[in-house]
Amino acid sequence: MLNRQQAPDFKQVSAINFIQPEKRLLSNGVPVFTIYSGEQDLVRIEFIFENVNWNRDKPLQAIAVSTLINNGTNKLSAKEIAEKIDFYGAFFQTEYTQDQSLVTLYTLNKHLHSVLPIVKDVLTNSQFPQNELDIYIQNQKQKLQVNLKKNDIVSRKEFAHALFGETAYGVDIKAEHYDGLEREALLTYFKTAYAPNNCTIVVSGKFDAAGFDLLDSHFGRDWEKSEVVKNAFSFSPTEKQFVYKEKPEALQSAIRIGQLAVNRKHEDFSGLQILNTVLGGYFGSRLMANIREDKGYTYGIGSGISSLQQAGYLFIATEVGADVCGAALTEIYKEIEILRTTLIEEEELNLVRNYMLGSMLGSLENVFSHADKFKNIYFAGLDYDYYTKYINTVKTITAQELLALANKYLTTESFTEVVIGKK
Amino acid sequence: MVDFNRFTLANGLKVLVHEDATTPMAVLNILYDVGARDEDPEKTGFAHLFEHLMFGGSINIPNYDEPLQRVGGENNAFTSNDITNYYITLPAENIETAFWLESDRMLSLAFSEKSLDTQRNVVSEEFKQRYLNQPYGDVWLKLRPLAYKKHAYRWATIGKELSHIENATMDDVKAFFKKHYNPQNAILVVGGNVKTEEVKKLAEKWFEPIPAGEKYHRNLEQEEPQIEARQETVKANVPLNAIYMAFKMPGRLNSDYYAFDLLSDILSRGQSSRLYNSLLKEQQLFSEINAYISSSLDPGLFIVEGKLIEGVAIETAEKAIWAELEKLKTELVSDTELTKVKNKVESILVFSEMGLLDKAMNLAYYELLGDAALLNNETAEFLKVQSADIQRIANETFNKNSSSTLYYLTEEHA
Repeated sequence: MLNRQQAPDFKQVSAINFIQPEKRLLSNGVPVFTIYSGEQDLVRIEFIFENVNWNRDKPLQAIAVSTLINNGTNKLSAKEIAEKIDFYGAFFQTEYTQDQSLVTLYTLNKHLHSVLPIVKDVLTNSQFPQNELDIYIQNQKQKLQVNLKKNDIVSRKEFAHALFGETAYGVDIKAEHYDGLEREALLTYFKTAYAPNNCTIVVSGKFDAAGFDLLDSHFGRDWEKSEVVKNAFSFSPTEKQFVYKEKPEALQSAIRIGQLAVNRKHEDFSGLQILNTVLGGYFGSRLMANIREDKGYTYGIGSGISSLQQAGYLFIATEVGADVCGAALTEIYKEIEILRTTLIEEEELNLVRNYMLGSMLGSLENVFSHADKFKNIYFAGLDYDYYTKYINTVKTITAQELLALANKYLTTESFTEVVIGKK
Repeated sequence: MVDFNRFTLANGLKVLVHEDATTPMAVLNILYDVGARDEDPEKTGFAHLFEHLMFGGSINIPNYDEPLQRVGGENNAFTSNDITNYYITLPAENIETAFWLESDRMLSLAFSEKSLDTQRNVVSEEFKQRYLNQPYGDVWLKLRPLAYKKHAYRWATIGKELSHIENATMDDVKAFFKKHYNPQNAILVVGGNVKTEEVKKLAEKWFEPIPAGEKYHRNLEQEEPQIEARQETVKANVPLNAIYMAFKMPGRLNSDYYAFDLLSDILSRGQSSRLYNSLLKEQQLFSEINAYISSSLDPGLFIVEGKLIEGVAIETAEKAIWAELEKLKTELVSDTELTKVKNKVESILVFSEMGLLDKAMNLAYYELLGDAALLNNETAEFLKVQSADIQRIANETFNKNSSSTLYYLTEEHA
């Protein structure tokens, strides 16, 4: 007779294999890291540029260049670029993060030779036509108006600004920043940042020697170098801060609280990730169990820690019924206080260990995810030992160590507390 | 190409297995053939609320999530107007835990009052977060009843109104479970680092003892052909005027589905698309413009939506959309343009095979459509579409007398 009350046997994840990249250099010295897989006939090529020459009076330069880069070269119009890329079934994507600007090409192998020249043209001859810039400014200002009606987005902006001030990590973008965009400045930024000496290429998928030669023939030459100054910021912990923006019609309030912490380079980071998981990093977390599953105050609540190149921070975020905002805040602080005063039971800690190991294994789903894991460590100046140590920490950290981390980092007396909506 | 093996248990549960030895993970995906379209018009939002209750403990296992997390797994689910889909990903060597959990809640839920109380609140907050407390968040709550008068697609999965969720009772929950949650109304897909023989054994062990239950025979009231232009104007606290146009199109199984999908791509996929270039860039009438299809099983909607540039009259914007639609009715799409959207689709299908969960979900969905093997015919079906097909369906679809148009205006706009 089947006993349905008895859980089946299980094993903790034992081995997690990371595919490490092969490093080669283009003729001009641009490093190319390749994570190879022959499973599918496709490839992803990421051109990664560090954000540089930060100018707080022109905070949108890097973002605007990133978005507009495929809007016209001296050979092709924006429409022609898009049509060619689409015709080959390829994807050309740009992404701006706080530290880097990425240009990513996804293509089937059979079309690589056709699309690479277009990418080369874009990366070296982009013109930022005035009419395209005008349209961008107009549409972005409209988008900003819509976003400012979204409490969760406003809470992110306020929180980042409170922690990071007038830096690339924290500047509060306003409509007038868009009005201040100028074509000449964008061209200058483009020529400076999108240069071979500021570029790292990460390739994942089916990419062989012939593919590399093709890449080298396009990007290994005829690409001007530049003088860059990498963005450098430093931050110091703040006093307790409250940011409250009342929205009289709000049905829900967006809450975001937290403070500066450490980034991936710091030895406490892995332990902090485990502590974060317990607090609000998975569905069974304490915040979810209490504030969603017990109280029903919210559709979702979570916590996170974020690693930037020059800072780290931790946060708790949720949107809760406006009538229970105060109660939700009380419960959040209560859960943190428990982590600071009471040891985590072994049963819960073991669950979290297993969950995190399974999650790590599952996050290595395909060759792209292996490349993403590589980027995480490479751009933090780390190597694969980081993951070995991470896995070891997950398996062995003690409740006492987590209690100590909670007292070191979850110091709510210096948290920034942002509430958008009603209290 | 997504390979699979298939068998059916004695109680009627269909099982598909996709073996993929390149991953250490496994996925267990279960699709229940029930969605918001199967709800009582006075108790809408129920299929989705029920999805939440499926995580509130089952007859033999008080907590669903915890044992799964303990073996390194994760899960989630979604409800649409047509289906409810649950999925688990976990290390393949622990796959039996997924069978244990998923079979117990198919056998019977715990029907806990506490869970019902809590999830009524959680779903009410979800209603607020996604539909009521967002600019333009309630568009589909307005557009569906404008476009559908009889069919159950006239309400959204979240429900018509908060009160329907607040008034749900335990008797409703039990009746819904009995009617829809049994082996005959489900499709199970197991994928990843598994072997078919092993999956068969586990399925027989955990799922086969579950009583077959009654087969649910769907008999939905169908929409009558729309013969009048419908228009509605709403005003709300939003910064920009917006327009939403809905046209009736056939259901997912109609042979023209692929042509409709390509038609929406021609209009709005990416920066080379027609609406983007003509209306956003050249005429600068919109700051955002999109076209897409609802891909529903019963006759669905072809949607065109956009946010207007400040100062542009809504009538001007609407006229410009119509001009683009008329062009598709009168002029054949060029071979180059058609090849472009076909190439893009082909490429998307190849990239979609990189995700194990996507593959498992797709197999379940195509099995619901009639045969999981259809998944591997998709590219061929898209390639069959001709320019004349696009022109024909544009003529059949883009007519004022079968359109539903919603003006979503800022409050200042008198």
